[in-house]
Amino acid sequence: MTIGRILRTIFLTEFIRGLLMAFKQMFKKSKTVNYPFEKGPISPRMRGEHALRRYPNGEERCIACKLCEAVCPAQAITIESTEKKDGSRKTTRYDIDMLKCIYCGLCQESCPVEAIVQGPNFEFATETREELYYNKQKLLDNGDRWESVLAKNIKLDKPYR
Amino acid sequence: MLEYLEILGGEIYKILFLLVPILVSVAMIVWLDRRVWGMVQKRKGPNVVGPFGLLQTLADALKYIFKEIIIPASANKAVFILAPIVTMTLALVAWAVIPMSEDLVLSDINVGVLYLFAVSSLGVYGIIMGGWASNSKYPFLGAIRSAAQMVSYEVSIGIIIINVLLCVGSLNLKDIVLAQKEIWYVIPLFPMFIIFFISSLAETNRPPFDLPEAEAELVAGYQTEYSGMMYAMFWLGEYANILLMCAMGSILFLGGWLPVIDIYPINLIPAPIWMILKILFLFFLFALIKAIVPRYRYDQLMRLGWKIFLPFSLIYLVLTASFLFYFDKLPKGNF
Repeated sequence: MTIGRILRTIFLTEFIRGLLMAFKQMFKKSKTVNYPFEKGPISPRMRGEHALRRYPNGEERCIACKLCEAVCPAQAITIESTEKKDGSRKTTRYDIDMLKCIYCGLCQESCPVEAIVQGPNFEFATETREELYYNKQKLLDNGDRWESVLAKNIKLDKPYR
Repeated sequence: MLEYLEILGGEIYKILFLLVPILVSVAMIVWLDRRVWGMVQKRKGPNVVGPFGLLQTLADALKYIFKEIIIPASANKAVFILAPIVTMTLALVAWAVIPMSEDLVLSDINVGVLYLFAVSSLGVYGIIMGGWASNSKYPFLGAIRSAAQMVSYEVSIGIIIINVLLCVGSLNLKDIVLAQKEIWYVIPLFPMFIIFFISSLAETNRPPFDLPEAEAELVAGYQTEYSGMMYAMFWLGEYANILLMCAMGSILFLGGWLPVIDIYPINLIPAPIWMILKILFLFFLFALIKAIVPRYRYDQLMRLGWKIFLPFSLIYLVLTASFLFYFDKLPKGNF
């Protein structure tokens, strides 16, 4: 031990410096947010709760091509389809098991008509498992509710796709 | 018979007048502790229940009351239940002699310091009983550590108290404070104050000396098997003890209820408020230190207690005594 180190140990200089540092940090703004009341920023690429979008005239975008069902690595999507009167396809069933889903975003990437998207909502915890088996109606409702944000996010992310 | 009842009623009234503020301030101090800790780490800390989260501890206590008390099958039931009661009672009983001002003290006894020291030493029994009665490994190891730690640091605290007593010449806590009218003992006995402060950290099992409840090794030390209200009582006793050590520090070294400088506008502030401010200042340091220090290793802890603090305070005791003797400043008249 050198003399300097002995002196530093006796006079607790490092300890006092630590105390002063802690005291200084106390008056800085805290880095955490007051979560349920304030929220942090969310990227337009956020892969949160799923939604099925519609065209502005109210027609469903989904054409039942089943690319999302095929690409889904967790096999969380189930689609059944039928032919409409005008000869185009539409889904009769579009289920996502949100418990199986790994939120990888591949369904959104594979969709040719931007029908299935993952929105910015991540606060959809429920009290039972059954509530997390989403059906077509639930997904369409989500799409209606989040449409303005979804459209904005897709537009913002367009240059990078 | 009626007279006795009257006296008893008067005493109970006085005791409640002491205990209720202490229990409330313990709740507040837990909140302050968590809040300071959070602020140093740039978090927000508890801020939801009540204004600034002040009622957080009350909410926690309420939760503990409604939780089930689990007594392990292999535990020694009587001792297991007794341990938290002993801890809490001893922590609260010691407050009887703490003077908040010249006449605001429950019992003004002449051996105040001795009583305080004796009761705070007994505090280790609650922990040993809890650890032993749980009949489980972690609590037992925690209790052994705690017993060794508290006993070793009490020795140096005792010698530090003798240092102060040499200057005062009385064991009465009131006399100790009044003797500091000219100069607080923190100035002539500054190294002793530092050692007292660090020893009281060890005495109350606070970081960096929180080995008895080192969560990485011992889960929660002697409290591992406790739940519900019994856990809350341990917790209450612990914080009441911390407050007690802060009060002891402010009486022995920071001039108790005396104002910082005895000039006109400052000495208008009532005495108990000065006392509370000093206790809060010391507790604030406790909380700040909790946020910045890593835990000591056990052999380091023992080395610090026996090989550094004890000899140093003994040497300082000799120095103080010779200084007082040489300059003829030994206290007179009280013997």
